[in-house]
Amino acid sequence: MIQIETAANDDSVQVLTFDVRGETFALEAGLVREILDLPDETEVPGAAEFVSGVMNFRGRVIPVADLRLAFGLGRADDTLDSRIVVIELELDGDPTLVGLRADKVHEVTSLSMTDTEPPPPIGMRWRQDYVSRIARRAGEPIILPDLACIFAERGEPRSAAPSLQPVS
Amino acid sequence: MNLQDPAEIFRLEARELLEAIEQGLLDLADRQDDRDLVDAVFRSLHTLKGSGAMFGMDALAAFTHHCETAFDRVRKGLAPATPELITCVLNARDHMRALVDGDPDPAVGDALLAELHRVLESGAAPAAAPVPATSWRVRFSLPVDAMANGTNPLGLLAELRELGDCRIVASTEAVPPIDELNPTDCHLAWDVTLAGPKVSRSSIEDVFLFVMDDMVLDIREGEAVEAFAEEPAAVEAAAPAAIAPPAVIPAAAEGKKAEETKKPDSTLRVPAERLDELMDRVGELVIAQSRLKQIASSSQDMALRSVSEEVERLAGELRDTMMVVRMVPISNLFGRFRRLIHDLQRDTGKSIELITQGETTELDKTIIERLADPLIHVIRNAADHGLETPEQRAAAGKPAMGKLTLSARHSGAEVVITVSDDGRGIDRERVRAKAEQNGLVAPGATLSDAELLQMIFAPGFSTAATVTNLSGRGVGMDVVKRTIESLRGAIDISSTPGQGSEVSLRIPLTLAIIEGLLVRVGAGRYVIPLGAVEECVELSHEQDVRSSGRSLISLRDEFVPFLRLRELFRTTAEAGPHQKVVVVSTGEARVGLVVDQIIGDHQTVIKSLSKLHADVETFSGATILGDGGVALILDVPHLVEAGQRLEKQFRVAS
Repeated sequence: MIQIETAANDDSVQVLTFDVRGETFALEAGLVREILDLPDETEVPGAAEFVSGVMNFRGRVIPVADLRLAFGLGRADDTLDSRIVVIELELDGDPTLVGLRADKVHEVTSLSMTDTEPPPPIGMRWRQDYVSRIARRAGEPIILPDLACIFAERGEPRSAAPSLQPVS
Repeated sequence: MNLQDPAEIFRLEARELLEAIEQGLLDLADRQDDRDLVDAVFRSLHTLKGSGAMFGMDALAAFTHHCETAFDRVRKGLAPATPELITCVLNARDHMRALVDGDPDPAVGDALLAELHRVLESGAAPAAAPVPATSWRVRFSLPVDAMANGTNPLGLLAELRELGDCRIVASTEAVPPIDELNPTDCHLAWDVTLAGPKVSRSSIEDVFLFVMDDMVLDIREGEAVEAFAEEPAAVEAAAPAAIAPPAVIPAAAEGKKAEETKKPDSTLRVPAERLDELMDRVGELVIAQSRLKQIASSSQDMALRSVSEEVERLAGELRDTMMVVRMVPISNLFGRFRRLIHDLQRDTGKSIELITQGETTELDKTIIERLADPLIHVIRNAADHGLETPEQRAAAGKPAMGKLTLSARHSGAEVVITVSDDGRGIDRERVRAKAEQNGLVAPGATLSDAELLQMIFAPGFSTAATVTNLSGRGVGMDVVKRTIESLRGAIDISSTPGQGSEVSLRIPLTLAIIEGLLVRVGAGRYVIPLGAVEECVELSHEQDVRSSGRSLISLRDEFVPFLRLRELFRTTAEAGPHQKVVVVSTGEARVGLVVDQIIGDHQTVIKSLSKLHADVETFSGATILGDGGVALILDVPHLVEAGQRLEKQFRVAS
């Protein structure tokens, strides 16, 4: 099933690819502010596990989010390759800096949107609304996560039943 | 940060002008024949009209025109500045504000204009007392570039001629030789002799009202040539906005002493976000500096050490300066309440005198903004419930005019803002009855006086028998309490029956900085606001074991419940052998917090947590430590609440 894009000519986007627990993710390079070695992370007791800590990023205190939990991949030990990818995204209308944990950061590359597919409705372990597109490269899937949705849901790995949803 | 938008610049400027108009009008209400004030208001209206038209706000310009005309009549002595007129123009000012902000109600505008005309007609011009005809000698010259700036000397001369018999001689002394002469320059000076019943010093000055700042003007009465001081052009700059650079705005005339004409301060308008950014950079610098210091202290290199010390000093100074930049005098805030009092007098029929003290006290800008609403509630409450009607006051042997005092002063790291009145005081019996009726206290419960008075801050509490336009709906005072608490402040209240009440708001100087106690719990470091800390005691091993059944320690014959932060934070690391109890108080309740180690006191720059952590109520923010790590700041009231819930669960379970 191939989606036909309206913008036919130049539909490639620059993305940063990185690994989280063996899965490759890609983020629009424009979102990325910095890539850091693992800093000291301060745990916030009582916070959701998905954003369990904060860190010092250039004099600011920013939350650290863990995509592994949103995709139900389970925690892993830090390695020499572990990095924090600092991105800027809109949270409830405010631009917010967030650090994302990555097991390994690969490269900035261009990805043609015509080579991507919407997530299949079945056969995925993850919440479908967390994935905006899936690209294929050398036979391996690259996941383009829907960060807005993930952060709006605070990284809940499963869709909560409406009755359990807290009214905000 | 698009301050480049001319319409936005105009709006900012218009708001300042409207502020100045309001202050001028309120001053005028006290001193109705102060000509300088009338002129100041007139000029502000004129400038507003002019720049409004320039920025295409025709509705504003047209509406302001009517008010300007009204004040022109006052200025010329054709109409007096009656209280009705002042009230009417004050209301008109509010409409102008709506026009500037872009949500006007046309019906209001028409009604205001009708009212304005009615007031003007009724305040029929008293014939100005005939001035004995004297002759005046006026010498004046304009700046060289006057014509280039749009001043037409012929117009000024024509206006002078209208005043009375007039003889004008032009002086050509200053005109340069023709080859140096620029035809658009003005080198002439004029010598005018004026005579007539309408001529007075002020009428002559009025002619030059809009050019007075830059010109040389010498007015002498009679022919006698006495040497007298040159008329100082001390009137505030009336340069039309078209010429004034928009970024430099003279500080708004303030306070009762408007007659002391002030030199316009050179002020720079900077968006608050830029200051925040600067603050972040300073924070980064301080952290980098502390790393440098660590490296330098372990090095033998004397040059490196001395540079490190210098950087430390500079970074410290820079941080202090940065704090001061965010401070603004509280007079900005107090000025707004003069209008409130004016309206309250009208609505309540009471006469109220507002006394302000300590207007130069400085506070963080963000705090000032957030204090406006709570103070309005407190002042309204004092005027509506506290002060009596003139008849009641007379019966109690008090002067008919009620006194409301608004004062601000520094007290340590806090600013205390006090609203006091000399009214009837708080009726404790009624407060108690009402509290029992609302189920806030059990009937017959013993309450301390302070606890009883704090009841008025409970939600939905009102002792007023009738709900008025102003207060009595029982909303408001709880909002005051909430806002003050969110600013990490506290409210004190005292009252003497028959003599008045006093509400004091104690506010920390700045939201950006907090004095705190740095503690360690497990591997994490936390900051407890020092203002909440009462004392620190050791939790002996014996107490620790004994108290495992009940979370209470005895402290000088008093039992204080305590919370183990290790449990609350689900810390897994091994507890240290010398745990400490930090006793904190939240107004009435005292609670001990058990920590592993007290590291020391620590002045910290507060960073707020992101929205992703908005649901974590235990912490009010975070701060960056000298080593670059992050420490969370405990929100004491919420922590105590959480502790009480925990204790309740514990009690239920046991």
